[in-house]
Amino acid sequence: MGGIKDATAIVGIGQTPFAKHLEEDERTLACRAVLAALDDAGIAPGEVDALASYTMEETDEVELAKAVGFGDLTFFSKVGYGGGGSCATVAHLAAAIASGQATVGVAWRSRKRGSGPRPWTNTTVQLPTPAQWTRPFGLLRPTDEIAMLTRRYMHEYGATRDHLFNVALACRNRANQNPAAVMYERPLTREMYMTARWISEPLCLFDNCLETDGALACVLVSAERARDCRQTPVYVHSAAQGLPAQHHGMVNYWNDDPLTGPAWAAARHLWKHADFTPQDVDVAQIYDAFTALIPLSLEGYGFCARGEGGAFTEQGALEIGGRLPLNTGGGGLSEAYVHGFNLVNEGVRQLRGTSTAQVPDAATCLVTAGEGVPTSALLLRS
Amino acid sequence: MLSPVTDADGAPFWSYARQGELRVQACSDCGEPRFPPRPCCPHCQSFAAEWRRMEGHGRIWSYVLPHPPLLPDYAEQAPYNVVVVELADAPRIRLVGNVVAEAGARLDSVAPERIRIGARVQVVFTEDGLPQWVLERP
Repeated sequence: MGGIKDATAIVGIGQTPFAKHLEEDERTLACRAVLAALDDAGIAPGEVDALASYTMEETDEVELAKAVGFGDLTFFSKVGYGGGGSCATVAHLAAAIASGQATVGVAWRSRKRGSGPRPWTNTTVQLPTPAQWTRPFGLLRPTDEIAMLTRRYMHEYGATRDHLFNVALACRNRANQNPAAVMYERPLTREMYMTARWISEPLCLFDNCLETDGALACVLVSAERARDCRQTPVYVHSAAQGLPAQHHGMVNYWNDDPLTGPAWAAARHLWKHADFTPQDVDVAQIYDAFTALIPLSLEGYGFCARGEGGAFTEQGALEIGGRLPLNTGGGGLSEAYVHGFNLVNEGVRQLRGTSTAQVPDAATCLVTAGEGVPTSALLLRS
Repeated sequence: MLSPVTDADGAPFWSYARQGELRVQACSDCGEPRFPPRPCCPHCQSFAAEWRRMEGHGRIWSYVLPHPPLLPDYAEQAPYNVVVVELADAPRIRLVGNVVAEAGARLDSVAPERIRIGARVQVVFTEDGLPQWVLERP
């Protein structure tokens, strides 16, 4: 049966510097990241015929194509739900290339979330559903919405702030090894975590991702063509989007089981079409806008049973040498928050063997998009 | 403070609330309540709906205490509580709200230590028709 399994490979990755404030605008940063990824792949811009990005991406296809000199585009798509779309951009390109609609695809995200406005401060663009049921009561920000689920999760399963700290620490430790990370020179201690200011109890400052300016891109081609490219191919082994029945986004308070989410739906498809299992995953890049998304995702993607996501983080499980090294570039918590695209590129680096926190002989990597919103995920292999 | 930006599906909830009634949309055919309101029933696909009166008793399912940065009107009251209340009449219907000392009181009018998961609460309404919650055993 035809399909996307190992039919395509990521052969180029590129990024700009990451910082709280970059001088250049989002469009320029997008161009820089895309050209860097094409240069890494050794493919000329004129050969690109497919694009994929996020609906929240401000640089559209027309602007990007005319600036960097793409040829005729025959496939372009955008994925919704903010950080839930990161892996789906690659998945859409994989499907387009595997089905013959295109030959060279570029996915990208450029965002000045560090120096630009916080989206939740714009109260005029709030959609009536579900904001009418939450905003008037002061549930204003994504952090408040996820904190609500976090409190319930801690209550039901006995997860603790130490478990959330384990997540924050693993990401920070990896960022301390990665010169490109915003938090490269900023170690984190348990005391710093436990005495940090609250953002939305039970989430403190270090449970929340960074606010970053930056852009990233990657290049996808068929497996056949990938063999002739400059870089070691990183194959897209399996890919899925996930929007489970009766899901409500980050305010997932209105169904029978609010503590399961899109990760479960994506995981069912992802593993069904994979030749390996969670036990075979060498390294994971799991979307970490908030620390609490990690235990939920560990459960959703099948690394542990329901309610065990907190305990899974114990005994250094997420560190290098642990059961599942996590977010080895530092993730959204400590490298850069660019809607999870840095997790895709770091997954590629691990399977090329070029990460700044390399997992020895890593051959399989799970990359996920935002949990708590309609999501997506990739299994990558070398 | 933000007022609810309603839509066609949600408008009846708010007009009942202005009359001091807590009502939840339910299917007129299969009887299943649903929240948030929507055009048709996800169980039987019927477009026939009614607005079912709730007693207004519930239990706190979860809560958060937001701290700044927040919108100015909310930052001025922070830290305040935001709760999700599970209705006694319809356990899978959960409403976001605030626990306050009395109807119309500030969002920080109940000490955070008094808020706990499982606590029984009763609905009250502000003059503008916004539902709020008071502890049944203060």
